[in-house]
Amino acid sequence: MRKEISRRDFVKASGALIVSFSAASFIEPSVWAQGPFDTHRSHVDPDKLDSWLAVASDGTVTAYTGKCDLGQGMYTVQTQLVAEELCVSLSNVKLIQCDTSVTPDQGTTSGSQSTPTNFNTRNLAQAAATAREALVAMAAPKLGVPADQLTIENGVVRAKGGQHIGYGELIGGKHFNIAVSSTAKRKAPTQWRVLGKPLPSLDRVALMTGTFEFVHNVRVPGMVHGRVVRPPEIGATVGNVDEKSVQHVPGLIKVVVRNNFVGVVAEKQWQAAQAAKDLKVTWKPGPGLPAQENFYEYMRKQPSRDLMLVNSKDVDDRLKASSRVLKATYSHPYQAHGSIGSSCAVADVQADRATVWSATQSVYPTQHGVSALTALPLDSVRVIFVRGSGCYGLNAADTVSFDAALLSQAAHRPVRVQLTRHDEFISENYGSACVIEQQAGLDAGGAIDIWACETWTASLGGRPEYEKPGNVITGMLAGFDPETITPRTAVEPTEELRNGNNAVPSYVVGCVNGKCGGAGTIRSERVLTHAVKSPFFTGPLRSPLRLQNTFAHECFMDEISSYVKADPVAYRLQHLRETRIIDVVKAAAKAAHWDARPSPKPGAARMGTVSGRGIACVAYEGDNGYAALVAEVEVDQAAGQVHTKRFVVAHDCGPISNRDGLRNQIEGGILQGTSRAVGEEITWDDRKVTSVDWQSYNTLPLGIQLPVIDCVLLDRPAAKATGAGETAITLVAAAIGNAIFDATGARLREIPFTPDRVKAALAARA
Amino acid sequence: MASISLRVNGHDHTVDVDPETPLLYVLSDELQLRGPKFGCGLAQCGACTVILRGHAVRSCVLPVTAVKEEVTTLEGLGTPEKPHAIQQAFIDEGAAQCGFCLSGVILTAKTLLDENPKASDEQIRESMSNVLCRCFTHTRMLRAIKRYQAERA
Repeated sequence: MRKEISRRDFVKASGALIVSFSAASFIEPSVWAQGPFDTHRSHVDPDKLDSWLAVASDGTVTAYTGKCDLGQGMYTVQTQLVAEELCVSLSNVKLIQCDTSVTPDQGTTSGSQSTPTNFNTRNLAQAAATAREALVAMAAPKLGVPADQLTIENGVVRAKGGQHIGYGELIGGKHFNIAVSSTAKRKAPTQWRVLGKPLPSLDRVALMTGTFEFVHNVRVPGMVHGRVVRPPEIGATVGNVDEKSVQHVPGLIKVVVRNNFVGVVAEKQWQAAQAAKDLKVTWKPGPGLPAQENFYEYMRKQPSRDLMLVNSKDVDDRLKASSRVLKATYSHPYQAHGSIGSSCAVADVQADRATVWSATQSVYPTQHGVSALTALPLDSVRVIFVRGSGCYGLNAADTVSFDAALLSQAAHRPVRVQLTRHDEFISENYGSACVIEQQAGLDAGGAIDIWACETWTASLGGRPEYEKPGNVITGMLAGFDPETITPRTAVEPTEELRNGNNAVPSYVVGCVNGKCGGAGTIRSERVLTHAVKSPFFTGPLRSPLRLQNTFAHECFMDEISSYVKADPVAYRLQHLRETRIIDVVKAAAKAAHWDARPSPKPGAARMGTVSGRGIACVAYEGDNGYAALVAEVEVDQAAGQVHTKRFVVAHDCGPISNRDGLRNQIEGGILQGTSRAVGEEITWDDRKVTSVDWQSYNTLPLGIQLPVIDCVLLDRPAAKATGAGETAITLVAAAIGNAIFDATGARLREIPFTPDRVKAALAARA
Repeated sequence: MASISLRVNGHDHTVDVDPETPLLYVLSDELQLRGPKFGCGLAQCGACTVILRGHAVRSCVLPVTAVKEEVTTLEGLGTPEKPHAIQQAFIDEGAAQCGFCLSGVILTAKTLLDENPKASDEQIRESMSNVLCRCFTHTRMLRAIKRYQAERA
């Protein structure tokens, strides 16, 4: 049962909003939100220290962050960060995550940006450092000792003579009333006592004992249940809704139709499910879908929005003149986020205000979307993050939040909506399908001196951000347009190398206007990207486009090294000049006891089970983390089955905040990457999506023979902190593909590496 | 609607629901339990798993009227203050990311090892072959299961 919380649990002093501490290790968002609406802090100014931190009279610290825990461990490491910078124990810090009424607007928790955003020289880290310095400055006159002679221990400022004063006494319950200082001194990693330690994640006990509150568990007074009725075919529109068809369903409260959005609300969840199943809707058919079997060809013929990322303007001439030119085309399917729990949200939309409990990565943008959908003023909408099932990007958390808001507004009741598995699969924002065409020219010595890459990515909608609720299906059905592709010829790069999608391979110099931001040595370079309109909604899926592009770059690099009969590791190093990527390649090869020789493995049998190894590396987004991955596989050539036996990863994310959490992300990323590489693919027929459940969409279950995963974690305390959740997964498909080639001499250029594709590639060997 | 009695985690309850209602909906909506979760509603993923007569059962497809025995959910094993040994093994191994799948993982493994304490790795894999974790925390989860197996021996 939901716990009630009374006003006395909220300590409101001088306007500072402080949560009192209870025995529970978590402040549950639904409980937190049951204070009256006057907790609303409509202008949470990120420049003010009080927006980030409050100290209660007992010295405990409440910190407010706009970056949330999606299962990736951000709750724990951000708590460690605040404890570290403020010199208090972990248990004296309570973190409030992502609530439009109380936390600063930090946009979206995505893109491996949470650690760079909050752990370097801004935001939460800088706020905590500012608070520590302010507290010491306050203590100095009281203790009669200059600030530079004071030390802090667990929230108590101490002088050598033994005098001391606690944080609670210094500021307890009062505002700091100062700005976040950009010059407040951060603690050096060498001084860390809480950060940098492999502390157990703080949510562990609650998760394992089934007491953790997910958004799926939020229950508010008067809450009823909604279900949506999605168009059965892509692009279908509502012809007629026969409300009488569900009048027999007990507990039915309302059939809701708004433009092409259809849903039902009932007293109980099962009743809502029955009503959604029985509701007779006549749909006008959609325009139909392009055939899946030649979809990659179709993509390349569509009008496109083009972007030139790097162009030395000598590529065509030099390729013509080159005696040895290699070409290859790679393709990557649409893939689902496929969260284990289908997405869920609870909304309470009243005449003059709305509260939405949502697992969105973007509470502030969702607040804007709900405001647009409900026509309520922005300041009257509160969106509170409550963790959902792991999302890995833009799953259906945003769209179901809109569903709940629309249904609640129509039903005049708080409504909980959880999508069916089918609904989630047919209408989430898939990771984009991509085609990547590579060309390289070799010099007389066998080194690459020309690299040209052209990519096509399918795109429709995306994150709703602040202005585009139509970027997810609910907004579109309710009448808002999704962002789509406006064709445009290529614009040449002007400022500096932008490699946020890793469209530019690591091996080129990446020169734009004389500044060369690439990690490699190849000077004749061109990367042209085409975005084309997708028939399906798309959105960021863990390592969005970075994974697709890296798969093509790293497999192509392997193809070239095989062609010139070079060792894939040595050949990579020959074309790299950035220290950090070189270091991870060397570290991975060393830890894997890399067998230095060209691929494929000499003397491999063409029948039976054979083994091989492959490598791939990346400078994630150009400079947001570095990793190299060695994969060792066995290929059952008769069955076309690929078994991964061992992975060795070398990983550099700057200073490591929590080694255990980092390993967890890397291990999970590698296996998720394996599942995506060998099995995951959205499928469709001429009208509708046909991968609609866990039988028609492949995922690797727990009962697989697990590979060994060895992690080499390079700690770089002096470097800036980078993201770490998406680096390793970026490499998996390429490393496996290269290992399959090493084992068999067969090159897989299309993901996923299903048994049929493996067998076809084996049959095509010379 | 019908008045239905059931015993869950040592407590008796009477609920007023449509007899066709799946057990999961009763557990999470009527009894407000948080352990079993709706993952797919198709008995394909395991997130809704509960224990009935020593077997791991998927509550999302089981009509509540078919339940005659006591139901044990993830929160019925142990408490945050005193976790069950298998829960403690998962805590010690840090075997979760988002944690949404844990009812399927923990309860399936527990019922297997309660019935067959000496289950081979192959038998463990077999029993977990329909259990999904989309964060792919597989490595740690299998380690936790092995730790529990070693500790209960």
